[in-house]
Amino acid sequence: MCEQKIDGIIEKYRGEPGSLIHALVEIQHENHWLPREVLHKIADALTVPFAQVMQIASFYKTFSLTPKGRHEVHVCTGMTCHLRGAAKLRAKVEELTGLKDGETDAESRFTYETGACLGSCSIGPELIVDGKHYGRMTPEKIEDVLKQYE
Amino acid sequence: MSELTEIVLQIDGQEVKATAGMTVLQAAQQAGITIPTLCHHEKLEAFGGCRLCMVEVEVRGWKNYVVSCLYPVAKDIIVRTRSEKVDKIRKVLVEELMAHAPDAPELVKLAEEYGADRDRFERDASFCIVCGLCVRYCNEVKQKNAVGFIDNGARREISFIPEVAKEECWGCQECFAICPTSYAQAAYLLTEALAFPGQRKAPIHAIKPPEPVRRVIPIMPIAATT
Repeated sequence: MCEQKIDGIIEKYRGEPGSLIHALVEIQHENHWLPREVLHKIADALTVPFAQVMQIASFYKTFSLTPKGRHEVHVCTGMTCHLRGAAKLRAKVEELTGLKDGETDAESRFTYETGACLGSCSIGPELIVDGKHYGRMTPEKIEDVLKQYE
Repeated sequence: MSELTEIVLQIDGQEVKATAGMTVLQAAQQAGITIPTLCHHEKLEAFGGCRLCMVEVEVRGWKNYVVSCLYPVAKDIIVRTRSEKVDKIRKVLVEELMAHAPDAPELVKLAEEYGADRDRFERDASFCIVCGLCVRYCNEVKQKNAVGFIDNGARREISFIPEVAKEECWGCQECFAICPTSYAQAAYLLTEALAFPGQRKAPIHAIKPPEPVRRVIPIMPIAATT
């Protein structure tokens, strides 16, 4: 996909074991997930044992060891959003995308996740797609929002 | 040459001499006082993972419960390795670990000593008690890093890295022997069966006569060990 970019990031941190997390974060942002071959490259370049790279990559929820979709759909399940109808949003998103929490569809268009609390309780219930917040969401509006993302 | 600062502390009513920088556990062991441990290994950095070496430390009249493998010795502290509360802490710890590995010989012995009920907590037969001995031994002593921790929190487990394990593990097997539950061995064999069946690199004994082959250590039935 963007192998050159990934290699560029790895080169930037070559020989710096202490920068492991920085490198992982940047690649995660760029590629949306961390393939095993990339983790091997990181281990070799940063002179960190592969087992430790795996330990860090599997420890933090930021990092994904499985492919993710082009767009991340996130429904807030915090207390406020829940009281304002997050359950209905979840049901609608699950119906529209056919995904359960944490899954990615076959065309790798969407990855659907839930989580709490995104800190914008005043505009809940909330749907976040690729970091863009859609406040005061209703199940009826979701389809139009998701249509914008291909 | 300046002498290392000598520290005198009290462990179980005994005056114990120690040098600065030692841990309470080391001082106790030096004085012949046993403190139970599971994740401690003399060749490895202290880990503080199993918490079984918990002792009561009294500093200027204040009692505190600390893990002795990490707690540094200090002047005039009073350490009690057995007290009602310490025993209770250890009992619960053993009970929790036994939810994972109910028949591990070391745990069975500890359970007898502290009166732990092996069925107190619901079974989660992971067999690994996440003491980290294999992971740390492979990293610190062998420096091969063939096995590492994966995931976090309650889902944390050990995992052999097939790429490394294929080359290194069969010729070493040292972590199998230090694992308190035999899970390291099981995890290795499972990794081998899944990732590189029949392709392990056997140790080469070309010139020198083969050392006695390190045998896979069988898990003894409880009855036979007591």
